[in-house]
Amino acid sequence: MRVGVVALQGDFAEHESWLRAAGHEVWEIRRPQDVAPGGRPPDMLVFPGGESTVQRKLLADLELAEPLGELVDGGVEVLATCAGLILLAKQVDGRDNPWGRLDVSVRRNAYGRQLGSFVGGDRVFIRAPAIESVGPTVEVLSELDGKPVAVRQGAIRAYCYHPELVWAHNRRL
Amino acid sequence: MNERQELNRNLAQMLKGGVIMDVTTPEQARIAEDAGACAVMALERIPADIRAAGGVSRMSDPAMIRGIQEAVSIPVMAKCRIGHIAEARILEAIEIDYIDESEVLSPADDVRHIDKTKFAVPFVCGARDLGEALRRIGEGATMIRTKGEPGTGDVVQAVRHMRKMQGEIRRIASLREDGLYEAAKELAAPLDLVRFVHANGKLPVVNFAAGGVATPADAALMMELGAEGVFVGSGIFKSGDPAKRAAAIVQAVTNWQDAKLLARISENLGPAMVGINADEIETIMEERGK
Repeated sequence: MRVGVVALQGDFAEHESWLRAAGHEVWEIRRPQDVAPGGRPPDMLVFPGGESTVQRKLLADLELAEPLGELVDGGVEVLATCAGLILLAKQVDGRDNPWGRLDVSVRRNAYGRQLGSFVGGDRVFIRAPAIESVGPTVEVLSELDGKPVAVRQGAIRAYCYHPELVWAHNRRL
Repeated sequence: MNERQELNRNLAQMLKGGVIMDVTTPEQARIAEDAGACAVMALERIPADIRAAGGVSRMSDPAMIRGIQEAVSIPVMAKCRIGHIAEARILEAIEIDYIDESEVLSPADDVRHIDKTKFAVPFVCGARDLGEALRRIGEGATMIRTKGEPGTGDVVQAVRHMRKMQGEIRRIASLREDGLYEAAKELAAPLDLVRFVHANGKLPVVNFAAGGVATPADAALMMELGAEGVFVGSGIFKSGDPAKRAAAIVQAVTNWQDAKLLARISENLGPAMVGINADEIETIMEERGK
């Protein structure tokens, strides 16, 4: 698969390393000209973990909101983790997120500050958001304490936790 | 390494490609967050003013730090003195997101650093070379930064430290395995961490640039040299237009390879901090804690 990783800020390199290890063709999207190099859009877009406030600002400042929004609306496969989930959520902290595409309501830093970060089973939560409600077209893929932590809506999959870090956790120093 | 330390390394991974800004008030913290800071460092005086004031510089008032924690949703860091276990415990008690055991403050212990493995809260520490970085990681630091001379606006030391560290990493990676014992001895660093560097060609934790970054070009330079993100101290709120300069530095860290974009965002930023030539100062903070 050809995968464009939105590399504005955060742990995009960790996503890239496991995608490459899985045999995919991967490139970084930092500017409008990176979205569809040679006129070929990606088969999959990755919105990595990081700080959502930074990523949202850069999405606008670097003129990526529109071209990436069009790709998502066109049905490209999307993988979003943590900050990526917040970018895509239609509601964030009780407010409408104009760029949102995923019919969920999320609360940022729902587990508190860094001392609240934790590992639940094989899932790594870092200053993680919580999904507080989901729309009718959203399927819940996994739960923690009865609350959704991974969801799917059409071609979009989004996680409160960091699947890209599990691999790193399994080969601890 | 325990699970908490792994989680703390993970938070640093989420900060990568970002800019951590020094702020002294809730208002500055909000300006920094709006400009795209991935975290803020809460402190009473920025390094340029610490340098100007002289005297003993200590951990900030917890009430001041709390005010900043309430003002923003991004991670909040704060500094404790090198070796000051009690200041670190106080910062942990107010649930700071990251402690910077920092040479910018007056050292409390001129020999030992804090045993950071005894804390749940994460620590970032400064390092001028690979040995210093690995000693700090051995003590439990989960993030490393250069020790560029703070409060000067002069990037020369940060460049020196980053080049030295990256050069040493490349050298370790190129060694035969049976050369690692001697290398660990020379670096005065734990053998298991030297082995990690040999096998992976990088530090086991995230490595940022800090000290003397004042312009988008400075930030881009540090990224070019291998930094994974940038701390900006006095460079933002000692400049003419903090919000604009901060936003430009954030964009420079993401698109450090695009010179045309760097040229555009470097335009009309107003006066940069005046700065002090790092060779002309009397207090050399990078010498603190080795």
